[in-house]
Amino acid sequence: MKDYIKFAFDNLRHRKIRSWLTMIGIFIGIASVVALIGLGEGLRETINSQFGFLGTDILSVTASGGFGPPGTGVVDPLSDKELDAIKKIAGVEGAAGRIMESGKLVFNRKVGFGFAISLPDGEDRKVMEHLMNMEAQKGRLLEDSDSGAVFLGASFYESDELFGKPILPGNKIELNDEELKVIGILEKKGNFQLDGTVFMNEDDLRNLVGRPDDEYDIIAVQVGKNADIAKIQASIEKKLRKIRDVDEGEEDFSVETPASVLESVNSVLLGIQIFVYIIAGISLLVGGIGIMNTMYTAVVERTKEVGIMKSIGAKNSTIFILFFIESGFLGTVGGMIGATLGYIIATGLAFVGKLVLGSDLISASISPTLIIGSLLFSFILGSFFGTLPAIRAAKLNPVDALRYSK
Amino acid sequence: MTAPTIIKIVDVWKTYKMGDVEVHALRGMNFEVKDGEFVAIMGPSGSGKSTAVNMIGALDIPTKGKIYLDRKDISKLSESSLAQIRGRRIGFIFQQFNLIPTLTAKENIMLPMVFQGTPAKKRIARAEKLLKMVDLGDRMDHRPTEMSGGQQQRVAIARSLANDPEVVLADEPTGNLDSKTGNMVMDFLKKLHKEEGKTIIMVTHDANLSKQAQRIDYLRDGIIIKSKKQR
Ligand SMILES: Nc1ncnc2c1ncn2[C@@H]1O[C@H](COP(=O)(O)OP(=O)(O)O)[C@@H](O)[C@H]1O
Ligand SMILES: [Mg+2]
Repeated sequence: MKDYIKFAFDNLRHRKIRSWLTMIGIFIGIASVVALIGLGEGLRETINSQFGFLGTDILSVTASGGFGPPGTGVVDPLSDKELDAIKKIAGVEGAAGRIMESGKLVFNRKVGFGFAISLPDGEDRKVMEHLMNMEAQKGRLLEDSDSGAVFLGASFYESDELFGKPILPGNKIELNDEELKVIGILEKKGNFQLDGTVFMNEDDLRNLVGRPDDEYDIIAVQVGKNADIAKIQASIEKKLRKIRDVDEGEEDFSVETPASVLESVNSVLLGIQIFVYIIAGISLLVGGIGIMNTMYTAVVERTKEVGIMKSIGAKNSTIFILFFIESGFLGTVGGMIGATLGYIIATGLAFVGKLVLGSDLISASISPTLIIGSLLFSFILGSFFGTLPAIRAAKLNPVDALRYSK
Repeated sequence: MTAPTIIKIVDVWKTYKMGDVEVHALRGMNFEVKDGEFVAIMGPSGSGKSTAVNMIGALDIPTKGKIYLDRKDISKLSESSLAQIRGRRIGFIFQQFNLIPTLTAKENIMLPMVFQGTPAKKRIARAEKLLKMVDLGDRMDHRPTEMSGGQQQRVAIARSLANDPEVVLADEPTGNLDSKTGNMVMDFLKKLHKEEGKTIIMVTHDANLSKQAQRIDYLRDGIIIKSKKQR
């Protein structure tokens, strides 16, 4: 068998250019599968980890005018009215309103971008801290009595890429030209958004950006342990429709569970992946037909050779194996190159994405299963499309094959 | 003291269909070869010489009639049994040398042994020994295109002996060679006959070469018309 493999390999080497051309279809197909599935998986993992930190016992309510994101003025923001109503719904354990703002953050004479989110006072603070599982890795958490103070996500401390050196508790930073004192650093959450967030007490943030007192961008709702989350979601929607005077189907707000967000993201991803599979499938089919064509040509070209081999004792099965291995090889080598190419493309795109977005949102996750699977698949593809030509070669009549001249 | 018969052809017909036309390449041929004999077959082009040799060599089966190799009827064997006979008991030498162009001289000689599953070490040793026997010890790793016709035919002779067959069939082995190299190839065939005791059947047009065989059979229109013993 080893000898047959070597023989098949030699034959491919002797037809270098054609072998390469034949493999193009395969490696485009495999490369796109590997790259896109890798990126898709990476995206899915990232998104799951972004949402995963939120428990399943939490709902988030946002105002969405449908015409623009919160804070653009088009949206009718959430207020205490909604917050109080939600708190009264059966099954709701607690709710807290929050505002979010982004602004200019200066530290170490370097200017950066700061995404600030408010923490509520009193009992609601406990709810928030519980929901987000907040612990300080340096310094301490914010308290009601703090003013002019911030609590920072882990990136500010752990990465000195942002401001040239890590920000420590006790340091002063400027947010929108206001000097603020760093009180503590959040434990690393592995979530780019949380790790890059500036937490502030609600009054501080309102003063800083001039937001009216009873306006919220998001209301976080914690539901009871055994509560029916879908039912509560429906109750909140019903209540808010009444308060905000909108009809069903025309809501200017949305109530989402992390699970529902994940689900919709995943279904979009699945759609993209199916599309990719189809494209890749077509390209692999074309590649496979290319292999078949090449192998038929090889059989014709080597008709005489087949005759010679039969005259010195090769059986039909031997001839079949020789051609079969050869086409399997075409597939596998094409698949190997494709997988490598796909890997390079995926990690390359992830790298570019990181440079452009400054975050790990686009990452590549290429599992050994994906690589091994695609190699196996390309071998099977190659041999599958090589089967008919190999049968034709095996069945050649030795005398006719020997008489054959090019 | 007559040697046993190794090949016997009894009333063999071979008909080729070319569309509607039937070509009778052999028309009831009878032919016999004793073990260790050197027989030359002569006859005009198209008389059925190659067809007969292919039939003896288990490359093809007759339309009608029987072919015995060592008393065993091989005229109706399965494909794989025929392949086994070709691989183990017959050595072919062709007019066009018929070496595999992508393989070196040594690899070409090893190929029949690969098909029989001979271990690599033994294969290499035998191939080298055979190449030395045909005076090509210095051409082991040359490919056919890097060798002269005479050299290629000597590689082919060496290859025909790879699995130590009982019968060597040579179909116009000197047909593509000038007379000088042809004579040299002929000398190797005689050596096979004398020193290795092989049964040799050689098709040729060259009366000078056929004279060196022990017997000449003349084929015309698919039957042996004359058989001439020499010496
Ligand atoms: N495979 C074949 N298909 C059709 N006709 C053939 C085939 N082989 C031989 N023939 C015909 O059979 C006759 C004998 O051919 P062949 O045995 O090659 O003769 P020789 O070797 O004596 O020149 C010729 O007429 C040839 O055209
Ligand atoms: Mg002939």
